[in-house]
Amino acid sequence: MTQPVLSVRNLEVEFVTRRATLRAINGVSFDIAKGEVLGVVGESGAGKSVTGLAVIGLIDPPGRISAGEIELSGTRIDHLPPEEIRRVRGKRIGMIFQDPLTSLNPLYKIGDQIIETIRTHTNLSESAARRRAIDLLAEVGIPAPEKRIDGYPHEFSGGMRQRVVIALAICAEPELIIADEPTTALDVSVQAQIIALIKRLGRDHGTAVMLVTHDMGVIAETCDRVAVMYSGRIAEIGPVQEVVRNPLHPYAKGLMGAIPTLAGEDKRLVQIPGSMPRLSAIPPGCPFNPRCAFVFDRCRVERPEPIRQGTQSVACHLFEPAKETAA
Amino acid sequence: MLAFTLRRFLQAVGVMLAVGVIAFAMFRFAGDPVNQMVSIDTSAAQRAEIRHSLGLDDPVLVQFGRYFINALQFKFGVSYQFRLPVSSLLAERMPATLELAIVATIFAMVAGILMGVYSALRRDTILAKLFQAISLIGISLPTFLIGILLIYLFAVTLGWLPSFGRGEVVKLGWWSTGLLTVSGWKAIIMPAITLGLFQMTLIMRLVRAEMLEVLRTDYIRFARARGLTTRAIHFGHALKNTLVPVITVAGLQFGSVIAFSIITETVFQWPGMGLLFVQAVQNVDIPIMAAYLLMVSLIFVTINLVVDILYTVVDPRLRSTVGRAA
Repeated sequence: MTQPVLSVRNLEVEFVTRRATLRAINGVSFDIAKGEVLGVVGESGAGKSVTGLAVIGLIDPPGRISAGEIELSGTRIDHLPPEEIRRVRGKRIGMIFQDPLTSLNPLYKIGDQIIETIRTHTNLSESAARRRAIDLLAEVGIPAPEKRIDGYPHEFSGGMRQRVVIALAICAEPELIIADEPTTALDVSVQAQIIALIKRLGRDHGTAVMLVTHDMGVIAETCDRVAVMYSGRIAEIGPVQEVVRNPLHPYAKGLMGAIPTLAGEDKRLVQIPGSMPRLSAIPPGCPFNPRCAFVFDRCRVERPEPIRQGTQSVACHLFEPAKETAA
Repeated sequence: MLAFTLRRFLQAVGVMLAVGVIAFAMFRFAGDPVNQMVSIDTSAAQRAEIRHSLGLDDPVLVQFGRYFINALQFKFGVSYQFRLPVSSLLAERMPATLELAIVATIFAMVAGILMGVYSALRRDTILAKLFQAISLIGISLPTFLIGILLIYLFAVTLGWLPSFGRGEVVKLGWWSTGLLTVSGWKAIIMPAITLGLFQMTLIMRLVRAEMLEVLRTDYIRFARARGLTTRAIHFGHALKNTLVPVITVAGLQFGSVIAFSIITETVFQWPGMGLLFVQAVQNVDIPIMAAYLLMVSLIFVTINLVVDILYTVVDPRLRSTVGRAA
């Protein structure tokens, strides 16, 4: 097996507040291979976005990475000095944020923002960077890029702005793109275009993509693998077909049951009772135990570790480690 | 853009007309000017003659029309106390006031922006906290007190700077400037600091608050995610966005600087329009007061107009909405 582009091991992120230290991410491990799209799903506050920010080194105080390792193509990038992690950002990891309307500086032409980013990471001349910016805009599907390059952000629609944001994220040919809910702020018809674009770019350039979203439809359509997060941990991770069709973790089952389908119109959607615990009140053992229909005594005291089940990996006491796969 | 400018210009003309009415009304309500000009033993016939020669016995509307037409040609009548045309008195004093106001504003902008940016970026340092303390003093101490304290320290105790006047001036055509001589610069330091201190603290606090606000925005986070240097983010992206409101405030404050120079000019005996105005008030010299009122409002209105236009230059969003509205 080739080396993964991104490898996260036992990541922990803490937020130190006056009252207590809150652990937003607690022992998260996953890999993303070259050209692979990993979806990260979960409810609000499950730690999806924080995981993305931790990878790119943008966790602001009072938050900090308290344990674990993050490796990008074999080199550790957590705990790099600020100047070195800055060189990684934008150059080796591109990031796309949720709201394209506020991601661009309103006072600068989009071309200037792209050229500035290109010139920060390469030693292209001003005119070469401009040509590259025009190519990038064409690649992300902006019509008449040689004219639009001199436009200001407010002259673009939401979908077009997200395309510009994507152009900015890929302008230095990064190995990894982190897309944090890239379609949430867009209307449905545009969402599909943006998802198709991210997918195409990942395929064409062999870029690994970490796609954070709460939209299961997007996951099913786009991703190769999916990680289901709950309360700062990965509940289940595996190939998207398996996890969607045959979820193992009770929480993942509930999540998949909550996807509306056109075929089953007469069925009521399944709800998961209760809500995710606050960071300050995570129950001992499995964090999902108060809401779980299959809960038993062990779940309330012992924290489940990820267990391999075929191609999937699940953190739940309902499953026993398979012995033959160890050999 | 042109329609926008034209509309703003017409609004400015409206404001000036209103101020003109108020200035004219001062003549009607501030006592009989003839009594101010004559001595006790002037006969009633002589008084009537003076009144007639000054046109003070004409109907009000005629007087207003005459005043208005004269004002358009910068003729504001003759000063009661100096017996000289008000316009030449003002023209003679104006360079002093404008130089003081400009130097004070530049001081306020440069020091205010530098201190504001520093205290936003290095929020927890001792120096940033010191700046905050200074700004509190600047905002709460009255101008005359600051002036007097400066005079006591630098003129009386240390003897470094002159306590009054403009120093040596050089004539450039009708404009007299103190900025070409060493003594002129020495003389302008204290009045400029006194006059600009309030503006400086205002700008500093504004820059600090705006900068902190801007640093929290998504586009700054995205700029960081793009791996731009801290320097480019702070001084390219954040500062430019911070300056949009600062331009408005600094611009509008320039009018106040000129208006408030009355106090500073009195404390430092600065031979400008403000000092002239204070003397005019003491002597009920209405033509000077009315002309000063018109001058200051003209400056205010002009600055407002320039700020509005400048705004659209800095912020492209306004440019296009204005274009669409037109």
